[in-house]
Parts: sequence; C-alpha cells; structure tokens
Amino acid sequence: MNETPLLSVRNLSLGVQRKGRATTVIVDDISFDVAEGERFGIVGESGSGKSLTLRAIANLLPAGVKVLSGSIAYRGQDLQTMPAKARRGLAGQEIAMIFQEPMTALNPVMRVGEQIAESPRRNLGLSKSAAMDLAIDMMRKTGIADPAHRARAYPHELSGGLRQRIMIAMALSCSPRLLLCDEPTTALDVTVQLQVLRLLEQLCEDTETALVFVTHDLGVVNQTCRELGVMYAGEIVERGRVKDVFADPRHPYTKGLLDSAPDFDQPDRELIAIPGFPPNLADRPDGCPFQPRCSFAVDRCATARPRLAPVLPGREAACFETARIFQGVTA
Amino acid sequence: MTDVTAQPEVTGQQAVLRVANISKEYQLGHGLFSRFGGAQKTSLKALDGVDLELRRGEVLALVGESGSGKSTLAKILVGALNPTAGDIHELGLADGAGRRERARRVQMVFQDPYSSLNPRISVGSMLAGLLRLHRVVPPGEVRAESIRLLNRVGLQEDALSAYPSQFSGGQRQRLAIARALAVRPDVLVADEPVSALDVSVQATILELFRSLQDELGLSILFVAHNLAVVQHLSQRVAVMYLGRIVETADTAEIFSNPRHPYTRALIDSIPRMSADSVTDQFEVEGEPPSPINVPSGCRFHPRCPIAVDRCRTEDPALSPVGPGHASACLLAGDLPAYRGGPELKEEQ
Amino acid sequence: MTTAPAPTLTPVTAARRPARSRSLRPWYRNGSLVAGIVIVGALILVAIFAPLITPYSPTTQNLTDVLQGPSGAHWLGTDQFGRDVFTRLVWSTRVDLRIGFIAVLIPFVVGSILGGLAGYFGGWLDLIVMRLVDIFFAFPFYVMVIVLVFVLGAGETSIYLAIATVSWVSYAKIVRGEVLVAKQQDYVMAARLGGFSHLRVLARHIGPNVLSQAIIYAMSDIVQDIMAIVTLGYLGLGIAPPTAEWGSMISQGQQFITTQWEQATIPGLAVVVTSLGLSWLGDGLSDLLSPDRRK
Repeated sequence: MNETPLLSVRNLSLGVQRKGRATTVIVDDISFDVAEGERFGIVGESGSGKSLTLRAIANLLPAGVKVLSGSIAYRGQDLQTMPAKARRGLAGQEIAMIFQEPMTALNPVMRVGEQIAESPRRNLGLSKSAAMDLAIDMMRKTGIADPAHRARAYPHELSGGLRQRIMIAMALSCSPRLLLCDEPTTALDVTVQLQVLRLLEQLCEDTETALVFVTHDLGVVNQTCRELGVMYAGEIVERGRVKDVFADPRHPYTKGLLDSAPDFDQPDRELIAIPGFPPNLADRPDGCPFQPRCSFAVDRCATARPRLAPVLPGREAACFETARIFQGVTA
Repeated sequence: MTDVTAQPEVTGQQAVLRVANISKEYQLGHGLFSRFGGAQKTSLKALDGVDLELRRGEVLALVGESGSGKSTLAKILVGALNPTAGDIHELGLADGAGRRERARRVQMVFQDPYSSLNPRISVGSMLAGLLRLHRVVPPGEVRAESIRLLNRVGLQEDALSAYPSQFSGGQRQRLAIARALAVRPDVLVADEPVSALDVSVQATILELFRSLQDELGLSILFVAHNLAVVQHLSQRVAVMYLGRIVETADTAEIFSNPRHPYTRALIDSIPRMSADSVTDQFEVEGEPPSPINVPSGCRFHPRCPIAVDRCRTEDPALSPVGPGHASACLLAGDLPAYRGGPELKEEQ
Repeated sequence: MTTAPAPTLTPVTAARRPARSRSLRPWYRNGSLVAGIVIVGALILVAIFAPLITPYSPTTQNLTDVLQGPSGAHWLGTDQFGRDVFTRLVWSTRVDLRIGFIAVLIPFVVGSILGGLAGYFGGWLDLIVMRLVDIFFAFPFYVMVIVLVFVLGAGETSIYLAIATVSWVSYAKIVRGEVLVAKQQDYVMAARLGGFSHLRVLARHIGPNVLSQAIIYAMSDIVQDIMAIVTLGYLGLGIAPPTAEWGSMISQGQQFITTQWEQATIPGLAVVVTSLGLSWLGDGLSDLLSPDRRK
C-alpha cells in the first residue's frame, strides 16, 4: 500500500483557451490516486467534467480542450512530459478505455474479431493467427456464445450488449493495468447492464486491473466501485469509500444528490431536489461553486474557495462548513 | 408537504382508459420484392394481444426493455398510432370521436426535452394556441390561464415571451407538462419523461407528477425503465416483454412478491444504492430478442431459468394469481418466495 | 440537526437560466450580411428612385445626340438611339431586380408547397412528386429556359414560366428533405396530439422550421435567375425593346466595344455588383438562419 499509486492525478485543470478571450476552465484543480487493482468511481451530473477527466488521462481530449495545468502520472511517470511515442505505446497495452456508445466506438467496416485482434498484434507483437486466437478467447471470456463464428460479424449485426462485450474484450485484450470506463452501461437495458457490470467486475478481479469508472448512476457506482470521487462544476467535492460516502455524506452536494435520487430500498423517502442550476463555467463565481444552491452556505462560502481536506479517516470533502453541517448526524 | 407514506386513494376501481387485445404489426420489406425474398419474415409484431386498464387517479407504470413494445403501446393509447387490431375505450368518449375531442382527454409528455418543443414558437404562443383551439377559456382569459399553467409547473410569467432554447432540460420538461395540461386532460401518458434528465433534476419532475396526481386527480400512464423511479411514483405496475404484458400488480406487491421470472430478473438487475445487489437466483442470460423472431410458446422461455417443456409449447395468458395481481407464467403458482425485494430499514 | 428545507416546485430560483444569445454574434457583425444589405439596399433604392435621379427618359429616342461619349450632360454617353446610357442603366435596375425577384418567388412557392406536401404525407403523393422532380432535374437550366422562352415567345410572362418550370425542383427537394426530418421531431407529434389539423401543423409548426434552407437557396437562385434574364436579353429573347435592361444593353453595346466600351461594359459591371450583393446577402442570411441557431 505504500508503493507508488498506479495513477496519480495532481492539480489537473482542463479548459478551453480562445485567442483574445478569457480561458474557460472546465475541470478545476483536481487530484486523486488510483492504486493497483483499485476500483475508483467518479460520479457527477452533466457539466461536472467527469468525462473530460477520463479523456485527459487517455489522451483523447476533444479539439480545443487542453490541459491547463497539473500532472497525470502513471506509475510515477508524468504522461504529459513523456515523449509522444512512449505515451501512445501505453495506450491499449497499459491503459485502455471503453465508451458509452459502442456503435460509434467500433469501426463499422471491420469485423469485430479483427478489431479485437488489432491491439495484441500491435502491442504484443503477435502474429495474425495468434492474435485472432487471443481475440476469440477474449470473446469467450466476455461471455459471447459461439465466439469463433461471432468474430466474423460486423458491429451493426450485433446487439448493444454484444457490442459492449466486444469493446470490453478489445480493452482487456492486452491485459492493461488500468481500465477507463466512460458510462459504459448507460445505453444498455437493465438486465444487460447487470451482466456487463458483473463481467467487468469479474474480469478486473481476475487480472487485477484497476478501474476508473465514470457514471451518473449512484446505484451502479455502489455496485461496481470501492472508492468514489464526487464531481461538481469541475471539482472533486468529496472523496472516500463508496459505502461510507453514501451512508454518511460530508458535502452538501453529495447529500443533495443522495436525497434527490430514488432509492429502491427506501421507497417511502421523499425526494428532495437541489434548487437552482449548475454554474455557467464561462462565468465561474468566486468562492465555492456549489454555494448559490447550498442551503447551508455562510458568507465565507461566497468569497473563498474550499479545497478538499480530510474530514474523517479515508474521507475528504471540499467544504468549509462540513463539521458544522454534518456533526451530530446520526447514521 | 404531503405525507408521502399515504398513497392517494384510488377513487373506485373505475377505468378511465382501457384497451383490449391490442396488436400492432409492421410490414417489412418493400411490397413487391419481399415476395421474391424467400422464406424471410416480413412482419414485425410490436404488440401481440395486450389488455390494459388505467384507473382514475392512479399512476400506472409500464415497464420493459428494448423490444417490449411499451413505447408503441403508449403511442397507441394517446392516439398517435393506430393499432392493427384491438379496441381502445376511453371513459366518456364516444366511439369514433374525432381527434380534437380525444386531444382534450389524453395528452402526452415525451422523453426528449430537446425535441419535444418547437424551437420557433414562444412559450406563450404555444400555450395560447392550444387554449384557443380548444376554447378552454374565453379569449380574454388566455393570458391569465397561461400564467396559471406556468405557475402550476413551477415557472414564472416571464417564460411566456421566451423560446425553448433559453431553458434547461428540466425546465423544458416542465414546459412540456404545462403544454399537456393546457387542454385539461383526464389522462397523461408520459413516455420516459425523466430518462434524459440529470438525477437531481429528475426529482423535481417526479414530484411535479405526484402533485399533479394529488391535486388534479390526473390519471397517469408512466413508461419507464428505471425501476427505482417506478417504485417511487406509481401505484400499479405492468411489466412488458416482447409485445405482451407479462405481469401486473400493485407496486408494493410486485416488488416484494413478483410472480413472473422476467419481473424477478428485472428487479434483480436494479443497481442498489444502499444495499448489496441480490445474489442471482434469477439472473437471465442473453439479450431481449428482436420482435421479428418471437419464440414459440412462452416468449420468455429461451432466457428463463426455470423453464420446463410445457413452456416451449404453451403460450400463457395473463391470468390472476392473487388479488389485483396477474401473471402470464405457467409456473406462477410454484415460484419460490422472493428474497430480492426492497430492504426496508426499520427506522425511518 | 436541521436538514435542508424541502424546496417546493415554485420559483426555481426566480430567474430561469440566462438566455443564450441566439446567434453566435450580433447580425451587424456579420460582414457578408452587412455588405449584402448595403449593396442590395442601395440597388433597391436606386430602382425606386430612378425617375428622380435620372434626368432623361430611358426610352425616348433622340437621334440628334447619338453615340456621344461621356460628358457632363451624359455621364456615360448615349447609345445609337440617342438615349442616355446612365439613365438606361439605372432604369434597368427596376426591370432586372423586379423580374429576378418574381422569377424566384414562383418556383419557391410552388416547389416548397409540392415538396412540403410530398414529405409530410408521403405515400403516392410523394412518389409522384419525386418522379416529376427526377424528370425535370434531368434538364440543364439554361438550355431549358432558352428553349422554353423561344417556344413561348419573348416577354416577361414567358420568362417567369420558363424559369419556374425548371427551378421548382430544387425547392421541392430541399423542403421535402427538411420536412422529412422535422416530421420526426416530437414537437410535431405533440402538435398533432394537441388537436391541430394537418394544415395548421404544416403551416405553423413545420413551416418556419423548414423554410430557412429554402430561403438560403433562393438567394443564390435569384443570382442565377438574374443571369438568365440578362442572358435572354443578350440573346434577344428577353424583355422587348425599348425597355432598358442590362442584357439587351450589353448586346447592343457590343458593336461599339472599340469606340464606346462603356456601353457594353458598365451594364455588365452592374450585373456583377448585383450578383455579389445578393450572394453576400445569402451568405449572411445563411449564417443567421443556419441550424445551430435553430436549437
């Protein structure tokens, strides 16, 4: 546990810089670590910056969005200062990613078996037939029936759940150490979602692959992850073990989120919405980004920006008033 | 705030909307050429004999995955699609009533807040147009009524002169609801109205539906795939699979005592927020099949963990298994007790 | 410990989300649009005030003053019938602009209606209209227009008929495509469910959303039509003399190109300027009306 974390994000800021105009900061100074084999979830709503964070790690930022400051270190090495070739070499082999919409992530004119085989051929130097064997084996591991036959299919011939399994097979084909998942089950039916999540869990355990799992679904993150970061307006506002955070949130936004989500096991709990809107990122207010919507805010919250600070063993929250608000709340 | 532990009482068992034996079949292929296509399946049965009843003042949830036909059924109920077979009865509406009369009785709220409002029509024009067409109020009161509608959904008068692009997703859904309410319908059909919204915004819309039910006595058909949402809002649930209704029951009953394997699988697949997921007694394999290739016998049998020989040949009808509880499973009576229901905590 | 007060539905924090500006920048910052408006506006003004800014009559012959070069009295000289070239140039604006505008309007209306109905109702109506479109589309524009005018005889009505016959197809295609897309939008279904008739839905709900593309196309079409009119005039198939029209002026002035080049060239320049102005206007409008603004 005292070794270098697998992934170490420090003070990462992402944004859009336009000539002659102020920079729009989309992700603001976030830091988190992911240990080997860890399952780290990032939860947030639209505009929280969670997807962009993932893309920054994968070096897949969209045009115009840049890393403004901070570092992303993989096994102690800063990915940004690494030579481009070396960084590309990590992709697929050490760091892999799966996306929300498999139809756009898969090449429509290439058979799926070949697509899975691509990465091992390039990264592990396998021959064409060896790579295909590996691909078929991966497909079998992801629970695809009759994999040798299916490998010859094109993406459009397969259902959503199957395509997602193909993507998982692709991602895990070279046994990466770190798997980045961007809402991989949001577009799937619930029974299929269950199968895919189980599959991910099991495969990652078998290969001790670490997971960074971005989602907006609180139930999914509870089932899949051990550690959690809650993002709001580009900042991490709370961090800790999932079960602990859900049982005892220490940031008003986290609490608001939990209070507003329907919980199957508490059907009679009234849903309490968070008033107001997420802030306009181009026009960030001073102080805490959640302050305009926070019912516990005091004067200081509007002028000073709270940073993530420890509030409990293994738990951090970015709130000045966390002690006052949550003190004495019984479990 | 209303005491949410007491569900609003369903006044009588009076049905406000009833459909019987509804089928919807689509012809595939291009007429002439499909004849030369050999033994290809050329039709798709999105719905195959559906009976459903919506009672006055209740929220009935229609639940299912892709290919279940729930959206098709919703569109038929609201009159946007015509069934290939079957009858639709609306209480108080004469058979063969025109579209305009029907529009006053049943209205729809759509899933995508970004395509359900015309970007070129201001909010005020939209509401006024409907109020005038149906003469809901005298012309002089149209503006006042529009403001009243906006307030009802939690928006202000200044929205009247604005265009949809100026509003967020959650606000657009409110506008869509205000539009639906303008004609003072008896029934609201909501097709996944919160699926496209952020979690914290969903709560406001769900509470809005609840208050509409309480205060206006609206009957609501709520199509959804998120079972936690369904559990929170609805009084009764109908589960659909591949064009059929496979189970109906009161909400609390269906979640604690489901009597169809598919329902159990659905409940098992809910990712739980505050409990661990259920050990899989009823985890299903594979995907929902396409409605083009409906399995023989019980349409669920290929994926069903407890299927027996009979299930491959007999097509079960929806039959009662308890008070207010019906299931289309041949083995409904023999299912073991269900351990996957909500883990209600003692203190609340 | 107090929990957060449960906010009810009412005032979702007073203000709604601040209005996003409808276009990316204000219209007066749009270079093309401004240039287009200025030029076309000037041309329209010239056309309207033609009698006031020209001292002579455009048609009265004055055989004592034929073929004079530019002078104080005749800024651009006179033609072979003694008519002031400048006056004729200015009065041509009336003719060419008016005809161009009407020539574009007819196919715009006819094509949009046919295309809109075909897209909305589909079925056999769509089939028929589309086959017609395919047929008419096969013919090259200029060839057809010239042939038709030749057959129908020169004159304003013939021009309208000829151009309309050939041009309506583009509008039909454009509007049909837009309607097919708009039809899928939930707000159209909502309008029908609201009890509105097909006509009302087409006119009020679909119409405004689909016509912008047709309008943008019309802007470039008007340039093409003006060119066609000028060409017809040049070929002697256009507006009958003695009406001043740029095309016939060019045709006439051709023979004097070595001695009085202004007679043929200046009207040509006028056509170029008009086309430029209309093109810029079209570009500017296209920015204003384009899809990202529609959302």
